[in-house]
Amino acid sequence: MSSLVSDVSYSASVARSHAGQTMRIAPSRGWVSLKFGELWEYRELLYFLIWRDIKVRYKQTVLGASWAIIQPLFTMVVFSLFFGQLGKMPSDGIPYPIFSFAALVPWTFFANGLNQSSNSLVGSSNLITKVYFPRLIVPLAAVLSGVVDFAVSFAVLLVMMFFFGIVPTLNFLWLPLLLLLAFIASLGIGLWFSALNVEFRDVRYLITFVTQLWLFATPIAYPSSMLPQPWRTLYGLNPMAGVVEGFRWALLGTNTAPGPIIAVSSTVAIIVLITGAFYFRRMERTFADLV
Amino acid sequence: MRSTSDEWNEHSLTSSNAVPETVISVHNLGKLYRIGAQQPLYYRTLRDQLNGKALAPFRAARHLLGRNGSSNGNGRGSSNGNKTRTNGRSETIWALKDVSFDIEQGEVVGIIGRNGAGKSTLLKILSRITEPTEGYADIKGRIASLLEVGTGFHPELSGRENIFLNGSILGMRRAEIQGKFDEIVGFAEIEKFIDTPVKFYSSGMYTRLAFSVAAHLEPEILLVDEVLAVGDAAFQRKCLGKIGDVAREGRTVLFVSHNMAAVQRLCAHSIWIEAGQVNAYGKTSDIVDDYLSTATATIPADKWLNLDHANRVGAGGVRFKAFKYSVPDLQTDTAMSSEPLEFSLEVTSDAQRTVGSVAVTICDLHGTRLINADTLSFGKSFRLTEGSNTLKLTLETLHLNPGTYMVGLWIADPIAGPFDYVDAAGRIEVSKPPHNGIGQTPDDEGLIPCSFHLTAG
Repeated sequence: MSSLVSDVSYSASVARSHAGQTMRIAPSRGWVSLKFGELWEYRELLYFLIWRDIKVRYKQTVLGASWAIIQPLFTMVVFSLFFGQLGKMPSDGIPYPIFSFAALVPWTFFANGLNQSSNSLVGSSNLITKVYFPRLIVPLAAVLSGVVDFAVSFAVLLVMMFFFGIVPTLNFLWLPLLLLLAFIASLGIGLWFSALNVEFRDVRYLITFVTQLWLFATPIAYPSSMLPQPWRTLYGLNPMAGVVEGFRWALLGTNTAPGPIIAVSSTVAIIVLITGAFYFRRMERTFADLV
Repeated sequence: MRSTSDEWNEHSLTSSNAVPETVISVHNLGKLYRIGAQQPLYYRTLRDQLNGKALAPFRAARHLLGRNGSSNGNGRGSSNGNKTRTNGRSETIWALKDVSFDIEQGEVVGIIGRNGAGKSTLLKILSRITEPTEGYADIKGRIASLLEVGTGFHPELSGRENIFLNGSILGMRRAEIQGKFDEIVGFAEIEKFIDTPVKFYSSGMYTRLAFSVAAHLEPEILLVDEVLAVGDAAFQRKCLGKIGDVAREGRTVLFVSHNMAAVQRLCAHSIWIEAGQVNAYGKTSDIVDDYLSTATATIPADKWLNLDHANRVGAGGVRFKAFKYSVPDLQTDTAMSSEPLEFSLEVTSDAQRTVGSVAVTICDLHGTRLINADTLSFGKSFRLTEGSNTLKLTLETLHLNPGTYMVGLWIADPIAGPFDYVDAAGRIEVSKPPHNGIGQTPDDEGLIPCSFHLTAG
């Protein structure tokens, strides 16, 4: 990927002299490379930032880890009451509470990751204006630190499944890949928003609004099987539709084989991530001046 | 390889001394800022952008139609257009322009200059925090920058946890931090509290720990900005000593400071930056003398001085907006020796807060602190309302003889450390009150006035 675009700031040939590395600091123009190598070099910082986020989150709150459960659990209760009981929403033959909770667990990971990463650059202005490191680490850490919350709420999901007597199928093994898809979608959008947020501070309000709409644009409270085909596959243009349907299929054994949806979702998510990463790198040069 | 050696030959022709290796080489570096871009309260919104861009075609269409009837909309549209055009041209500033210099391995170079001259911008570019607009700099070797101590410290985390976090933010490897851990704790003298969250630390402990981590960085090139301005005098000496050690180990240091005494002690050579350009580069003793002798305008009494562009450190949240000084009951342009001196401080706060310490410091032009009027000594806190607050701090008697002095302003929470510290807010002139008897002032007056009498025995 890095060969797509030549890296202006490191291109000077004279700069690499006998003493090893000479680094050239120069204005960058246009699109710049993602510098995966440098990102790898700073992996320990990534680790420490994730670790800090998690540690502080659980230290600072009264309820600690239970926040990870409360959010999806209460949404599930509300959904079950209004959509399940009162609205008689179909749920692919699965008890409605578990049907919606299996979707809310990955959704919460996605939505929190999106929120945290979108606000991450503005929130770390103290770091960005004082120290150099690849800025991509900031939104990356924000999304990754949500994995712990995901694990906690996922454990609750397993307990609920046991309670409802649902045995996961072997498709269970696909879950890590589905989580990866949610991660890619969350980070991709997060990169776009975090970079935009530095320059345009009203993006912050947009994020809340977008996440809210997105919740209902994703088959969480209702099944995607309500849509006839080709539309159902096209629904995959919303990457979270693929993730959510995938989770239900892998865990609860709903027979809406989500293959095509997931294929579409994956393509969209990867495109968003790649464009987001390049946009982020392009805007990076102004972060310290604007944030 | 061939081209590299040619490069070196060429270099040795221009430089008189070809043996030491050039590790920092700066060529025509420039940085253009939009005015306002550095101010925290100024930011663009999408709405502005959309208004500007999306409505442009309509304005153009209206213009073409020549509808003078709706002069209201038309007038507003075109005046907006003019404003953005002039914005684009005139409201930018070159914080640095055509800056070139070379620094050899093992040199400790001071960077001096007035507030807003571009010293910090230069350091930020060399640290890769911000990009230059033009020119380039070549840097050979592992570089670390210390623009602030305690970057990324989190109050909820323990001392131990913050050492690892801060160390890794400054670019140390985990194994490296592990290896130096005991040394860092020892230098900071906080062994007993290493597992206590740092929010319970005194500001002294906090600063010691923060500096201690930074002091154990082992880069080949170290960029330091004014970080020594924080902390008590004893600790400042310890820090200066540590930087001196770093220099003796053959590492290259770039040291930005207002403290001329420190610069003279540490740096053989100095760069004087003035209005974004290198004004002089040479032996520190010469440069500092020249710098101090240039008549810098002092602030007249009773005139508010805006501090928006002042050099500052601190966590933010509370900021000095402006200050003025006056001599109560006296019409004067300057401060008066042996008279009271009243400082009015305009402070903005982003929330209602309780603040433990406000201080006005007065230093001589070498950076030696002569006065530190710090409310911390009262042991009482006071409230700030959200928004603008005006505080008055009065020195009951100014025990300084006539001369030019530098005023610094400090506001802090005794636990979390400084919100805002402007160590060089502005120069003031102290003169002698006119009603001073018939005696004469000796030519070589001391710093501090004193009462004395003479008895013949």
